[in-house]
Formats: sequence, structure tokens, C-alpha cells
Amino acid sequence: MKRFLVAALLLSATVMAVFAGGEAETLKVAILAPLSGPVPTFGVSTRDGALLAIKEWNDKGGVLGMKIKAIVEDSQCTPDPALNAAKKVIDQDKVHYIIGEVCSKASIPISEYANGKKVVQISPTSTNPTVTVDSTGKTKDYIFRACFTDELQGKIGAKFALQKGAKTAFLMLDQANDYVKGLSEFFEKDFVAAGGKIVGKESYTADDKDFSAILAKIKQAKPDVVYLPDYYNIVNLVTKQAKEKGISAPFMGGDGWDSADLDCAASDGGFFTNHYSPTDQRPEVKNFLAAYAAAYKGAVPDALATLAYDAVNMLLQAIKDTAADDPVKVKDTLAKISFNSVSGKITFDKLHNPLKTVTIIAVKGGKAQFEAMVNP
Amino acid sequence: MHAVNRPSGAVKLPSSGNRARLAWIGRAFLALLAASAAYLIASKAWNEPILLVQNVIDGLKLGFVYALIALGYTMVYGIVKLINFAHGDVFMVGAFTSYFAVTKFNLHKWPQALFPGVPAGPSVVIGSATVILLSMLLCAALAVVIERVAYKPLREAPRIAALITAIGVSFFLEYFGNLQFVYTPRFIPYKSPFDTVGWYIQGGIRRMVPGQESPANAITFSNIFLIIMAASVLVLVVLQLIVRRTKIGVAMRAVSFDKPTARLMGIDADRVITFTFAIGAAFAGLGGVLYAIAYSSINTLLGIMPGLKAFVAAVLGGIGSIPGAFVGALIMGQAEALTMSYISTPMRDAVAFTILIIVLLVRPTGIFGEPDKEKA
Repeated sequence: MKRFLVAALLLSATVMAVFAGGEAETLKVAILAPLSGPVPTFGVSTRDGALLAIKEWNDKGGVLGMKIKAIVEDSQCTPDPALNAAKKVIDQDKVHYIIGEVCSKASIPISEYANGKKVVQISPTSTNPTVTVDSTGKTKDYIFRACFTDELQGKIGAKFALQKGAKTAFLMLDQANDYVKGLSEFFEKDFVAAGGKIVGKESYTADDKDFSAILAKIKQAKPDVVYLPDYYNIVNLVTKQAKEKGISAPFMGGDGWDSADLDCAASDGGFFTNHYSPTDQRPEVKNFLAAYAAAYKGAVPDALATLAYDAVNMLLQAIKDTAADDPVKVKDTLAKISFNSVSGKITFDKLHNPLKTVTIIAVKGGKAQFEAMVNP
Repeated sequence: MHAVNRPSGAVKLPSSGNRARLAWIGRAFLALLAASAAYLIASKAWNEPILLVQNVIDGLKLGFVYALIALGYTMVYGIVKLINFAHGDVFMVGAFTSYFAVTKFNLHKWPQALFPGVPAGPSVVIGSATVILLSMLLCAALAVVIERVAYKPLREAPRIAALITAIGVSFFLEYFGNLQFVYTPRFIPYKSPFDTVGWYIQGGIRRMVPGQESPANAITFSNIFLIIMAASVLVLVVLQLIVRRTKIGVAMRAVSFDKPTARLMGIDADRVITFTFAIGAAFAGLGGVLYAIAYSSINTLLGIMPGLKAFVAAVLGGIGSIPGAFVGALIMGQAEALTMSYISTPMRDAVAFTILIIVLLVRPTGIFGEPDKEKA
């Protein structure tokens, strides 16, 4: 009994010491990223981008006189682990702010829990509409995102194609992929509304390797542009086979093209909409690139790292503007913010989706280069 | 033993007359299906004959690759009555071997690197041939190891045990390759050891200019198509020569026909089986390299679909029969190409596996297969 008492006393003393030490003037920000699971590289980029922003703020003295402490949890791009991570940081660590997740399917359960607990969440890269809006169509007050949605991306794609003088377009899409389908639908809607003509629409599946039949149809339809908003692995296959068939119409796509593994020789002459380009010459981009390279052994940040960096900066700026560590007020500041981020100027619409400039990247001379910024 | 009184007629087996009628209905149904498919193709071809020829060429390209895989399936089945499901993954290893040989070791450039005086043309031919040979050798070695480790201990076990082991080996190769330090789960753009050259037919055969639109109503084909076709036909001829004219070929046929008796005649059955695995895998490796060159993107799950399609081809042709596998593969290639063009691309797999089901229902021995000679 005596031994038990001593042990209990010792334990409570340690716990109190830890709490007393940890609570002193820090602002806790949780970073929920898929460090394991299907897309670990996305998680690592997100974490690195977010930590760099926090480090920069701490070097400048923190926010509202408080140092910022990052709590990193692995949410695995999977609903259940993501929800558990959210519960851990909200209930145990008592954070008021969450940056994450990358994947929409993980961000959605986090957003439901966080919104109920009045915790501000900014997802850097989840593009699904239901991240910020609940099933009844009501905006979740505490939930925001730093990236544009699929809708904006499809619309800007159409706008840019028309600006380039395209009058006819051919759509290639994977019906089973919501991302591809969404982009394709919004592209079609705006392209047709502005007087463009869709000369063909063909679907394929994600496992396909041979696209000869679709390409034979494209060859006969002779479109000005082929819209293929899929991931780079499909793009590599299609564009290579298109070149073999002697098709010279440019291919266009979305941020799924953004990868070091994009076959630039095959997709030469193509364009895609993206969050940012490292060859953009704006000072925000240049400063960020230099800071990132210094922090991570010369690495070039991808879109995920950039958006995580932007999300943290936007959050801390909002806290600073509010002048209080109070998520109830911070969420109102965020809803009205006008923030100049690396990936473009961000303001939020009623559904908490950013209205931001979209970067167009051209594939030219064996690499992906900055082409233009297009406003919504 | 207990005498169980079965109510007579509870289990009705079709009488021989009934069975004949069933088979007749099956055949009539099949004929109807074939006739409607033929009508569909003919009516479309009437309107666009050039598109039909183009589809046939694209289908041949696919079919010849399937043939290279199907030969291995059918040979192994012929000799040990095992459906070697790991065969498609050996094909994948072939693709990866050539990828590393080309990008990491520049093996395709060795003649010029060692002897700077060699002109570019022969250098590319010899270099590419070396890459292909290396892949074939490694695949053969891999198959010998697989056979020794996984199948040989089960030689006397029930056939289902070996079949399940084959599925296990298949998954092992796929997901071991998927590990970050082996091949990674990424979709890697494949760098071909030689450049693609395309031609189109319009008033004679003309060479395509890269990046320029070729005429819309011209049949196009590339050097890759010619190489795949030549390699596949060459392999068939060589294989027939081996099986018909050499000592090892006679031994293979003997072991396939009756293993115990062949053993009594002084044939080292295990050595013959190992040789069969090795030669089948070498052809799969060749197929893997050509497939990767033709479709330019590789990842560790790349062997699954072609492997299954080749398996269907082998069954269609009559599993165990070498010319059967070849003909079956060409039919599969055409079925896929025509489905993609005249029905829709996502239907291709459905059609391929429907063929498997129909063959198994109506003529399980396939086109060239003989009725099972096995007794008891």
C-alpha cells in the first residue's frame, strides 16, 4: 500500500511537471499528414512544408508573443487512423488548430470532428467539396482549405484553352475516378458555354495500357486540344502513344500531371493547371524556394509542401490579425482574409473554398515550365 | 456401413440425350454471338475501312506480346500440368531488368562506349539486343529459382497445392517489388533503348516527322510494332524447332506424355522441367522488354493483366499446345482492339474474360487441344 502511494505521488508529480513545462506560452498546431499508407511521399512533403513555416515564425519571435509548437501525427490517408489522430490532438493535446490532411477521404472525418469541437482546420490539399461543406450543403464554419477545388481547376483549364485559340476539344476520362470526372465535367461546361465545341468524349479505365482505339478516333476528329485530366502515369502512356500515331494536338490536364515522373518528352507541347511552379519569378516563390533548399538539403518543394507552407502561414497570420488565441474569432478572420501566399492570392468564398489564381505550366523542351497565371 | 435410403430422383443428372441438347444450345448461342459480333464489325468497317485496318494492326501488336507470355504458360502446363500464375510477374521482372540496364548502366550504349569508332546504327541494334538478352537470361534464372524453391517440393503433392503456391509466388513478386528499396510502387517512365520511328501509309509508306501531324486517314505503324511481330514469330519458329528437332525437345515431349515412363527410359525429368521453365521465362522476359518499350510506363503490378490475358489466350488455343497459344493470343489481341474501338475501351477486359468463360463452357480443350488422355 505504501509503495503504491509513493508510486502514485511520483507519477502525479511527473505529470504535473510535464504539463507545467509544456503549457508555458506556446501555441500548439497539429499537423496531420499521411506519413505511412498509400501516399507517404505526399505526407513527408506536407510535413516538411508546414514545419518550415513554423520554424520561420518562431525565428521571428512566434505569434502574439508565444512560441509555436508543432504536433505531428500520422493520419495514413485513411479515414479511421485520421479520425483517431484528430481525437488525440484535440482531446489529449488540446490543440485549437489543425493543418491537414492531404487526402480528401481522411480530411472529411477530421473536419466533422474538428468542426464539432470548434477547432480550426485548414486542409492544404484536399480538393473534394465535402471537406468544407456538410451533407446538407451547409458550410462547416471552422474548416478551410488552401488549394483550389476541382471545379476551379476545370474552369481555368477551359478558359486557358480558349485563350490559346482552341475551338474544338476532345475529352478523355476515367469514369471511375471522381477527380478526373469532376475536372472533365467542369472543363466541358465552361468550354461549351464560351462557344467551344466538344468533338469527342471517350472513357478508359485506370488499368489500361493500350489507348490505340481512342487515339485512332482522336486522329480522325482532329481536335485543337485533348483534355486528359488524369495522373501522370496515364498521361505518360497516352501522350507517348499519341506521338507514335502522329497526333500533334496538344494535351491538357490538371495538377495530377505534376510529378517528377512525368514523361516530358512524350507530353511536349502540353499544358496543365497547377498550384504553383518553381520556375515562377515572383519574389514570394523565390524566397520560399531558397528557404526550403536551405532547410532540406537543396530539395525543391513540390505543390504539397508549398500548400502546407501556405496553409500554416495563412493560419498564423489570421491568429496574429485576430490578436487572440481563440479559434472562434480566428475562424471569422480566416473567412474574410486576403492573403498573399506562395501559391497565389487567397480569398475565401461562402463555401470556404479559396478563390485564387491558378498557375498554368507548359511542358516544353523536356521540362515543365511556368507559362501563365490565370485569375478566376 | 449405414444404408441410406435416398429418395430416388433427388439429384437429376442430365441424360445423354439432354446433355447433347444442352451442348447444341450452347453452340447455337455461341454462333449467334459470333454472328452478331461479325455483323457489328463488318457494318462499321464498311463505313471506315481504314480505321478497321488500323485496329487490326494495333490488335496484332497486343496479340504478339500476349503470344510471348502465353507460350510460357502453355509449355509449363504441358509438362507439369501447372498453371504458373507467377509467369506474368516474371514478365514484369523482364521489363524492370531492362529499365535498370538502360537507365542506370547505359547498357544499350556499350558498343559505342567501348569502341568509339562504331557507327550509331549498329551500336543501337547490338546494344538493344544485349539489353533484351540480359533480361531474358535474368528471367530464366529467376524462373529456375522459383521452380526449385516453390514448385519442385510439391511435385508429388495434389495439383491444387502447386496452383495455390503459384498464386503465392505471384503476389510475392508483385509486392516484394513494390517495396521502396526494390522497385518502388511508383509508375516509372520507361526509357527505351532505341528511338521510336513511325510510318504512315498514304500513296506509299512515308516516315513520320516527330511532332508533326500525320494525315488523318492514313494507317500508321511504328518500328516497335515490327520488332514485336518479328520477335514473336521468330520465337515461335525457334520453339517449334527445339521441340521437334532437338534431343531436349524430344525429352520434353516424352516427359509431357508420360513422366514415369520417360524416367524409366533414362530421361532426367527434373532437368527437362527446369529447362522448360527457363525457356518459357526467357520468352516472357523478352515480352516484358518489348511491352515496356511499346507502352513506356512500368510499375510492379504491370504483369497482372497481360499475364491473365495470355492465360486466357493459352486456354483458348488449347492449353498445352504451342501453336494453340500463339493463335489464341492473336485472337485475344484482335478481340481487345476491336472491342476498344467498336464497343468501348472499358469493356475490353469484360470481353476478354467472357471469352474464357465461353471456352471453358463450350470447348474446355480449346481450339488445338485434344481431349484429355489422362486415365484415372
